[in-house]
Amino acid sequence: MAKNRVSATVNGDAVEFLCETQQTLLDVLRDELRLTGTKEGCGTGDCGACSVTVDGRLMCSCLMLGVEAQGKSIKTIEGMANGEALHPLQRKFLEHAALQCGVCTPGMLIAARSLLERNPDPTEQEVRYGLAGNLCRCTGYHKIVEAVLDAAREMRGA
Amino acid sequence: MYFLITLLGSMEIGEKMSEMRYEAPKTLDAAVALLAGANGRARILAGGTDVVIQMRSGRIEPELLVDLKGIPEMMAIAAENGGFRFGAAVSGLDLIEHKALANAWPGVIDSVNLIGSLQVRARASVGGNLCNASPAADSVPALIAAGARVSIVGPKGKRDAPVEEIPTGPGKTSLAKGEIVVSFLLPKRPAHSGDAYLRFTPRTEMDIAVVGAGVNLTLDGGGICREARVCLGAVADRALLVPEAAAALIGSKVDAPALDRMAAAASAACRPIDDKRGTREFRIKVAGVMARRAAELALTRARGN
Repeated sequence: MAKNRVSATVNGDAVEFLCETQQTLLDVLRDELRLTGTKEGCGTGDCGACSVTVDGRLMCSCLMLGVEAQGKSIKTIEGMANGEALHPLQRKFLEHAALQCGVCTPGMLIAARSLLERNPDPTEQEVRYGLAGNLCRCTGYHKIVEAVLDAAREMRGA
Repeated sequence: MYFLITLLGSMEIGEKMSEMRYEAPKTLDAAVALLAGANGRARILAGGTDVVIQMRSGRIEPELLVDLKGIPEMMAIAAENGGFRFGAAVSGLDLIEHKALANAWPGVIDSVNLIGSLQVRARASVGGNLCNASPAADSVPALIAAGARVSIVGPKGKRDAPVEEIPTGPGKTSLAKGEIVVSFLLPKRPAHSGDAYLRFTPRTEMDIAVVGAGVNLTLDGGGICREARVCLGAVADRALLVPEAAAALIGSKVDAPALDRMAAAASAACRPIDDKRGTREFRIKVAGVMARRAAELALTRARGN
C-alpha cells in the first residue's frame, strides 16, 4: 500500500516525508527526519519526554500520528538554540545542573519554553504545574524548577 | 538497557505493521459513508490520546482510521439557544480557553482541566473521553450533571441523546456501528446556577479518578435549591446519575442536613470495584465526601451569579 505523503514545517524548514499510518510523529521525527533530540520515554503520553509544539501547542509527539502533521508547524529541541547561541533556558539548565541522565531534558526545555511564552513570570507552583506532564526520574525536579525560574527572570530582563 | 528495550519494542511494532488506511474527510456525510463502507475494522480518530496508544499496544488493529478533525461541525464552539454547542473533537485546551463557556460552566471546565497533562489536553477531546467509555473519565460526570446532550449521526441519520445514555460499561457504548458523536449541547443556565466537579486522586496531576463527583444546581431568589443533578464517576461500570442524591438537595437551602442526606444517598448508590487505586469501602465513603464538597462549591458559584 502506498504510504501517506505529508508536507509540514519543522523548525521553520519545509519538509516532506512518507509515513505509514501507524507511525507516530515521534517515529517520523526520529526515524524519517533523523531529528533524534526528541526522546521516547513511555510511548503512552505519560512522561512528556517526546514533547514538541505543533502550531504553538505543547503536545506529546508519541500521541500524534505523523500523517496528522500535514500542513502543521512543528518545533523540536533541534530548533531551540539560535545557531551556537543557546536559548536562555538551555543555558540555565546547564548552570543549575538541572539534568542528570538527560532523557527528559529536551521535553522539559520545550515544555518550559511553552510555559514561559504563556506566562513570562510564573510562580514556583505554576512552574511545577506547567511541567507536571514531564517526568524526571533523576533530579527530583528542584534544580529544574530553579533553572526555569532563573531563565524567566533573565528573559524578563529582571 | 533502557534503549535496548525501546528498540525491541519498536521492532515488534514494525513487524506487525499491516496496511492501515488513513482518511480525513471534510464532511460528516463523507465520514459516515467511509465508516459504513468499511467492511473490516474501522476506528475514529479525534485527539488520538486513547486510540494511538491502543493501536501501538496491539489492543486494536484497525484497517481504516477516520480522522474527524477536518470536519467543521466536529471542531466548532458556538452559542446555541442561550447555551453552548461544541464539537466532539474540540481539544480540551480549546474548550478551556473559550471564556464564555468557561464562565457559564466552570464545573465542566474543571473536569476537562483534570484530564492528563497540558500535552494531553492539547489533543484529547471530550467526545473521545465519552466514547472511550472509561468509568473513571473525568469530563463525563460533569457533563451528565450539567444535563448535556449529544448530537449523533450515523447510517440511519441523525439523533440526539442525553450523555448518560452513551456509556454502557468499561469500553462499551450504546452507539450503533458507524455512528459518530458530533457535538455536545450544554443547555441555557437559569440565574443563580452553579456546577462543580471534583475528584479524588493520590496525586494532584496526571492521575486517574478513584472517585469523581459532578454537581449542578439552581437556586431560586430565596436561596432554595430548585433543580439539581448529581453524577458520580469511577464508582460503577459507568458514570452514575444519582437522582436520590439530587432529591436531597431540591427544596433545601443546601444546608448541612441536606448535604448529609445527599452524601449518604451518593454513597448508597455506589457499586465500585475493589482495586489497587481504591478499595470498595474507600470509594463508597469518599463518593459521599466528594459529592458534598462539589455541592458546596456549586452552591458558592450559584450564589455568585
